[in-house]
Formats: sequence, structure tokens, C-alpha cells
Amino acid sequence: MATEKIGVGSGQRISMLKVLNPFHIWALGVGIVLVGEFMGWNFTVGKGGAYASLIACWVIGLLYTCVAMIDSEVTSTVAAAGGQYTQAKHIIGPLMAFNVGLYLVMAYTMLCAADALVVGDLMKSGAAVMGYADLDTRPFVVLTVAFLAWLNYRGVFMTLTINLVITFLAFMSLVVLFIAVNPLSQGDVLQHQGLLTDLPYGWIGVVAALQFGMWYYLGIEGTCQAAEEVRSAGRSIPLGTMGGIMTLLVAATITWFVATGLMPWQYLGQAVTPMYDAASLLGNTNLQLMLFMATAFAAIASANGCINDASRAWFSLGRDRYMPVFFGAIHPRYRTPYRSIMFLVPIAISFAFTGLLDQVITFSILSGLLGYTFMSFNMVKFRKMWPLESIHRGYIHPFHPLPAITLFVLCCATYFATFLGYGASLLSIMAFYIVASLWFVFRRYQYVKRADQFTMPWPRPKGY
Amino acid sequence: MKKHYSPPSQGIFGQIFDSLFILVLVYASLMIPLLLKAEEKAESAAAAVQAAANATWESLGQNAVQQAQWIKLGYGPEEAAVLINDRFDYTIDPLMLVITIAVIAGYFIFMLTVSKRQYREVIAEKFD
Repeated sequence: MATEKIGVGSGQRISMLKVLNPFHIWALGVGIVLVGEFMGWNFTVGKGGAYASLIACWVIGLLYTCVAMIDSEVTSTVAAAGGQYTQAKHIIGPLMAFNVGLYLVMAYTMLCAADALVVGDLMKSGAAVMGYADLDTRPFVVLTVAFLAWLNYRGVFMTLTINLVITFLAFMSLVVLFIAVNPLSQGDVLQHQGLLTDLPYGWIGVVAALQFGMWYYLGIEGTCQAAEEVRSAGRSIPLGTMGGIMTLLVAATITWFVATGLMPWQYLGQAVTPMYDAASLLGNTNLQLMLFMATAFAAIASANGCINDASRAWFSLGRDRYMPVFFGAIHPRYRTPYRSIMFLVPIAISFAFTGLLDQVITFSILSGLLGYTFMSFNMVKFRKMWPLESIHRGYIHPFHPLPAITLFVLCCATYFATFLGYGASLLSIMAFYIVASLWFVFRRYQYVKRADQFTMPWPRPKGY
Repeated sequence: MKKHYSPPSQGIFGQIFDSLFILVLVYASLMIPLLLKAEEKAESAAAAVQAAANATWESLGQNAVQQAQWIKLGYGPEEAAVLINDRFDYTIDPLMLVITIAVIAGYFIFMLTVSKRQYREVIAEKFD
């Protein structure tokens, strides 16, 4: 069982609790992502039109299938808090690991901020329906993040059990909405013939849509962060992750079908809460209330999972001295990385207060994308340095190296998609990671204990 | 046996400085694109509002089904025109594209090269 120091120099050693099962892993992965079906995915429609959004949904679905396959193998073998960060440390090296840790923290913290923004906007919409215009969203943003941080502080089992319940309810609301629009009878409720248009930007719009296509699935790889807290990593991580990606493929397709049959693409492409808007168009108060609750549940589940994952990545960086060692502490009673949780709360709130939903989402998406690019060559190196028979793997993914190559090609296409329309953001975020890398190499690395960076009971890697 | 590297310990002020440094970097990278785009956005928003004046469903190219859904959403032609006329410009600037590719490729090459050197140190301390 992995052990961690409670605090700097305390000398007392303590471990995180191994209490989670495959359903919790499913809830962690799908819980983070499902909010993407309620908001954010629709920006694909704005970048390329309705059909471009559907193509992006499936192409990026392929990207995430590769991510899930690769993650399942590597995480079931490197079962430690920090997920991909710990993998990078053992397979590529400290600078890569530092960057991967930052990708995770930034992707999840920004996603948490976006979730809190959505909860605030949703409350504003609900208040407007009840006759209270211009509700201040900020108290709801603070309340959401603070409550979830408290939940995370108190323990992982309760946190993810709540996620399991509200994620399931949110997913079922999409199924109910799908049935309610009478999907087999075109023209009755759904108006695809009248609303679907040709590609408004041509095929370049389809490529551009890949950027926000990631929002359909962004965060599923977060299942790895719980690797140190599951009872059986070799069983729970692949089952929970692959089950999660299948759930999301179904949910994404349902979402696209319902929304594009109800709203003109120009509206849909800029809506903040499109599924709530879809329910409002049906004129059924019960459905409207259900989607209001479901959107709130999805955003809360996502923010909850994000706090869980971002804090574990930040904790891992602190534990290994890549960040100040103060953050590498576990609560003696609740067994949670409490200092990391508390540190990230004001950051998430301040990002949410900027109100820049698309900018925050782009930061989150790009951080995720950089992490997926890492995963493609990480997988190839992992198989080369430790061939199949050399170490025990909890799960071996088929068709290697096809998933790694496919992932790399799709990542390149998504960088280009981000360049189309968000080129300045892309360069600005790259500048952040470049400056942070230089800072790590020239300042921070002096505090890192070299041999402590390799903790797995594996033989010496081939070629080293 | 080779002597292991023993890192210096870091004081509380150093830890605070390092945490704040990363925070400032994040905020800067989030805000810089906005500052660059602020003027451009203000101009395009003003142009969109001007173009929306006197817009009709026909001039916006909306068919009967689309018109009905806009109305259900609470939009008239002038309000809808602001959303309909807000379009992306996908004209590719070859120089910016080359710079972007160079930045991303350079970042990964630098990271992999330095990581490999650092990884050799880790493996040497662990296994030698």
C-alpha cells in the first residue's frame, strides 16, 4: 500500500484509503464529463454547423477511445495517485512529469470554473423564469465550489458516492428527454428537415469543430487519479473507464440529435445551457424543471470530480517536490490531500468570476490535448522499455501501436482546429507551459530527489 | 557506488514565491489573448449591431421552421441577426501557422530532450 507523509518533517506516515469500486470509477469519469453534454459541446455547432458537430462528436469519440484503451493499460500497471503524472515520471522523465501534472491541474481547475459558471447562469435563467431578472450569479459560484471542496475535504468515498447518484440521474434525464421528443416521428416535435443546413463554413468548419468536440468527453481520463484509492486497480480502472466512454458516446449522440432538431444552429452554437433551452422549447414545465435539475446535477458532479482530480495531481506534484512540499500532505483523519484541495478553491472561484466561459474552456481543452499528445508517445515508450513479458500488467490493450498512432494524428488535427479561431489563445497557453518548463528546469528541479522519482518495483528499463 | 544527489531544503518564503509564480503565469496566459482581442471584438460587436438594424427573416436567410424556433426562443429578427452575423473567420495566415507549429514542436522537442537527460539521472541513482 502506498504511503505518504502527513506533513513536512512530521515523520508520521499515512496512506489514502482503498475504498472505491468500478462504479465509483465510472461515476468519477462520467461525472466529470457529462456536463459537456449539457453545455460546451454546442460550441462545435458554432464553429462548423450542426453536421460538423456530429462528425466532431464521432471523430473525437475515436480519440477518446484510444485514450481510454491506453489509460486502462498504463494505469492498471502504474496504480498511484497522480495518474498520468506518475506514468510520465516513470516512463519519460521529471520535466515531462511536471508538465503533465500541470496539464491535469489546469484542465480540471478550469473545467471546475466552467462548471461553477454554468451553475450560476442556470440559476439566473431559473430566476428569470420566475420573474427575478438580473440575478447576481457570483454567490452561486462561490457556494458551489466551497460546498464541493468541503465534501472533498471530508473524504473520497462520500464524494464519489454522491457523484454516482447525481451522474446517473443527469444521464437518465437525457434519455427521458430523448423519449419525450418522440424521436421516430420527424416533424412532430423534432424539425431536423427544416433546421439542418449544409456545412456553413465548408469542410474547414468540420476540422475547426474538433476543438470543442473534445468537450463531449474531456475528463474521462480522470479515472486514473483514483488509482491509489480503488480496491483492485487492474479490474476497476479498465471496467470503469471503458464503461464510461461507452456511456458518453451514447449520451453525446442523443444530445446532438435532440438539440439540433429543436434549435437553429446559430443559436445553438452560442447557447450557455442548450439542453435546458431544448426542454424549455417543448413547453412542458415538468421537463423544463427536470432539465434544470439535471444541468445543475451534471455541473455539480463535474465540479466535484474536478476538485477531486486537480487536488490529487497538485498533491502529487507537492509530494515529489515539483511544487512546494507543503502541498504533499494528507489529512490525518479524513485521509484526503486537504491542503491541495483548499489551495485550489480560490483559484477555481477567481477563474469562474472572469465570466469568460469559452476562454476558460479553451485553456481546459488545450491542457487536456497536451496530455493526450503525451499519452501517445508515452504508450510507445512504455511497451519498448518494458515489453509485455517483463512486468505484470493489470490490462493489455489490443492493436498496439494503432491506438497510439491514431491518437497522435487526431491530436495534431485538434491543434489545427484550435488554431482556427483561437490561435492567440493557443500561443498564449503554449507560452505558459514553456515559461513554466524553463522555471522548472532552472529553479525548481534543484529541490527534487532524483532516485525518489522511480518508485515502481520494476526492473531497469531497456535502453537505460 | 555513485553519491546520490541531496537537494537543499526550501524555506516557507521560497514555497510561497514558487506557488505565486505559477498562479501569476496562469492568469497572464488567460488574460493576454483577451487584451489582444478586446479592440477587435469591440469593433466586430459594433458592426454586428449596425448590421442587425432593420434585419428581416428573409434577409437573414431563415426558412419558416427556423423562424418559428427563433420566435419560440424569444428572438425577433433584429436580436437573432446579432447571433447569425457573428461568424468565425477561417482565413489562414501562413506565417502564424508556421510559428504555431514551430512553437508546439519546439516545446515537445525541448521537453523530451531535457526529460531524457533527467531520466538518466533518476535511473542511475535508482539502479546503479
